[in-house]
Amino acid sequence: MTNPISDIDNEVELMFLIGTNPTEAHPIIGYKMRQAARRGAKLVVCDPRHIDLVDEADYWLRLKPGTDIPLLNGLMHIIIKEGLEDKKFIEERTENYEELKAIVETYTPDRVSELTGISVDDLYAVARLYATTDKAMIFYTLGITEHICGTRNVMSCANLAMLTGHLGRPGAGVCPQRGQNNVQGACDMGALPNVYAGYQAVGVDAVREKHEKAWGVSLPSKVGLKIPEMFAAAHEGKVKAMYILGENPVLTDPDANHIRGALEKLEFLVVHELFLSETAAYADVILPAASFAECDGTFTNTERRVQRVRKAIEPIPGQANWQTICQMFNVMGYPVSYNSPKEIWDEMASLTPSMAGINYERIEKENSLQWPCPSLDHPGTPVLHVGKFTRGLGLFQPSEHIPPGEMPDDEYPFLLSTGRILQHYNVTTPYSKGISSIWDKEMSELNPVDAEKLGVVTGDQVKVTSRRGEAITQIKVTDRVLPGVIWMSFHYTATPTNALTSHHLDPITGTGEYKVCAVKLEKV
Amino acid sequence: MVDLVKLIINGKEVEAPVGSTILQAAEMAGVEIPRLCYDKDLSPLGACRLCVVEVKGNRLLPAACVTPVYQGMEVDTDSPAVVEARKTILELLIANHPLDCLTCEKAGACKLQDYCYRYGVKESPFAGEKHDYAIDDSNPFIVRDLNKCILCGACVRACEELTGADNLSYLNRGFHRKATTAGDVDYIDSDCVFCGQCVAVCPTGALTEKSMVGQGRRWDIERVRTTCPFCGTGCNFDLAVKDGKVIGVLSNPDAPVNQRSLCVKGRFGWDFIYNENRLTTPLIKKNGQFEPASWDEAFSLIAERFKEIKEKYGPDSFAALSSARCTNEENFLVSKFSRAVMGTNNVDHCART
Ligand code: SF4
Ligand code: SF4
Ligand code: SF4
Ligand code: SF4
Ligand code: FES
Repeated sequence: MTNPISDIDNEVELMFLIGTNPTEAHPIIGYKMRQAARRGAKLVVCDPRHIDLVDEADYWLRLKPGTDIPLLNGLMHIIIKEGLEDKKFIEERTENYEELKAIVETYTPDRVSELTGISVDDLYAVARLYATTDKAMIFYTLGITEHICGTRNVMSCANLAMLTGHLGRPGAGVCPQRGQNNVQGACDMGALPNVYAGYQAVGVDAVREKHEKAWGVSLPSKVGLKIPEMFAAAHEGKVKAMYILGENPVLTDPDANHIRGALEKLEFLVVHELFLSETAAYADVILPAASFAECDGTFTNTERRVQRVRKAIEPIPGQANWQTICQMFNVMGYPVSYNSPKEIWDEMASLTPSMAGINYERIEKENSLQWPCPSLDHPGTPVLHVGKFTRGLGLFQPSEHIPPGEMPDDEYPFLLSTGRILQHYNVTTPYSKGISSIWDKEMSELNPVDAEKLGVVTGDQVKVTSRRGEAITQIKVTDRVLPGVIWMSFHYTATPTNALTSHHLDPITGTGEYKVCAVKLEKV
Repeated sequence: MVDLVKLIINGKEVEAPVGSTILQAAEMAGVEIPRLCYDKDLSPLGACRLCVVEVKGNRLLPAACVTPVYQGMEVDTDSPAVVEARKTILELLIANHPLDCLTCEKAGACKLQDYCYRYGVKESPFAGEKHDYAIDDSNPFIVRDLNKCILCGACVRACEELTGADNLSYLNRGFHRKATTAGDVDYIDSDCVFCGQCVAVCPTGALTEKSMVGQGRRWDIERVRTTCPFCGTGCNFDLAVKDGKVIGVLSNPDAPVNQRSLCVKGRFGWDFIYNENRLTTPLIKKNGQFEPASWDEAFSLIAERFKEIKEKYGPDSFAALSSARCTNEENFLVSKFSRAVMGTNNVDHCART
């Protein structure tokens, strides 16, 4: 997020939500948005599904799935046509505006209305509202990124914000909400194939040399494999051994059968996990992991806020995860001697300019710190891009409409869309007795029109089949979803939704197109 | 600039911004005024009247939480009349209260109990009819015993003003007045989203955490502040620990992102840590079956096979998948392990956010 969550409480005048369902995926953020809307902030929800916040919204743009880019282009078209763009911001802080203008030129209200299913009137109203509200924030999450055009979607959100100067100020920004508790931190720490901690590129000699000196070894300069490439390489026999920490790609990644196949082909797999997960079943060695309550450390939230995780009880498997990983270093002949996670943090911070000013003592004293925080006397950075973008000038990266990789057809007439529900969190909450005693099975949403055609009522089971696999699920009949759509979560082992999802990947990030694929339904 | 007014609280001259209430002005001056229905994160209600104070020139005792200060105001927060009034209010409150402190889960963290102790109120001259509401433990998370409810309305306001679930309101009048769900149904049958905000603000034992029932007295519970492991919002809360065991989650008002608010996952999902399917020892697969092994066995097998494979196929035959659920420190180590030990940049994490 470019802005702190507290801007929702204190600053924002317009919240523009696209492809995000915060009251379920990021409940506290969602609750704050609901209060802001009730206090009088304007709320625009762009979502094919009737999410809870629709009830608080001034405008609900119920766009057809996969038409985010035409919608955003259409809004920009109107803003430019009406002269509502922020000329000063564009002039001083951006480049490539002419290309943006040329591309959105063809996204006339009529054409966009046709593509998205949104009325021309609503397009005008929302475009004007967004452009003329001083403090407007765009929020998005998986509904935007989990498409074949995910990166393009994200860029289009940024284009809209830059066009109107809604960046770099309190209450004005672009806020992707990161899903998992520490997905921000995992990126920040360099658990990525192309960068060390703090996004320092592996290909830059000075960066590599700094790490070589600190770590006393020579380091590879070639960018590594992203997750989907790892599994593809395993299929091809190029990747032979893997270590998987605390993740269950068989359940959570798209096209599960492809992943199972890849894991089977490995010569050696180590899984470090709390539970015997679907993925761990393929391991040669399973290392038992400690939970958050058993480890010291830090998490970094979606607004780049570094906060402490504190050990409350002794590790149930006998040792904390950092100790286990350290032992792997040691047995591999690279001895390390950290006495605590604090020393690991300090080493990282000494190599990472954007985190250099953060340490455990400061977090203890100041509660939390938001990076970038380059020095010990730096207060941290709640709002990004004030006065200047990281890369200097903000680059408009316009995009044409890219239809989803797979759309319903005669054989697979339904569109499957996936998401989260409030009560569950990927793979751990099903192990909570309380939570699973109430929310114990997948309840996929289906429109009453379709339910009647299929002859099913709430609680009935259907078999969902895609070109890649099948899953059985219970049905909840509701007009929260449009006719022709089935909406499923991916939290339940008994209903492996990701056996169905698409193998189409965003070519830039490798993120799976979870949001849209074609399926057929049969009553069972 | 905020305009300030000068007033006198307990004989001391203090300043407070225009529009502050007496309670806020006193707080700024370090004077604590007893309160039951006032909550700094909720709209003022002025219902319990425990916060009454004496204001010079005012024959009535105004409620400090809803009375604004003015220039030259003279306030006494602890005069004999005030103390007398507070005693009476407490006596009225406990007139139909179960006085079950011996076994009540909230004892030690109950405001009603604390104030009765402070003002020496042990029984009520007004004792009369008592409620006989059935206890609602219909759900796995919250126990609701409305016999202990003092109608402070904090739960109603929290549900509406923090979460916006609007699941609670007042029913009936007089003795039968109740803060409850629409239609007075059990929580499980209501529109409750189980955020537990109502529990976090309830000053008495009317709403308590089910997981903590019978697990320990409040004063024996150690609180360890930590960060939620479930989503990227980054809420903070305290793990309630008794005898080396987590027994619940308690809100921490200092939490930078969420203050006392949480969602069902953060407040009630923590018990996955004690699921009986937790792995407790390393496992090694032998002939297709997992067999328990010692850490040493596991590590030597890992060393042997990783070394072998690296030797035979080169560093890029290894790949690591780190975790968006694990700490920064663990992620840094996995990144360093892949690069410095295995010699490859093949490291990524499940960005399925
Ligand atoms: S709610 Fe408070 S006063 Fe009432 S029984 Fe429990 S501890 Fe005692
Ligand atoms: S249940 Fe608790 S918070 Fe709600 S009105 Fe009663 S005492 Fe107050
Ligand atoms: S748990 Fe949350 S939603 Fe349910 S009644 Fe309490 S405050 Fe309202
Ligand atoms: S309490 Fe809920 S909203 Fe807050 S971090 Fe945890 S899961 Fe997210
Ligand atoms: S605290 Fe003031 S009336 Fe209740």
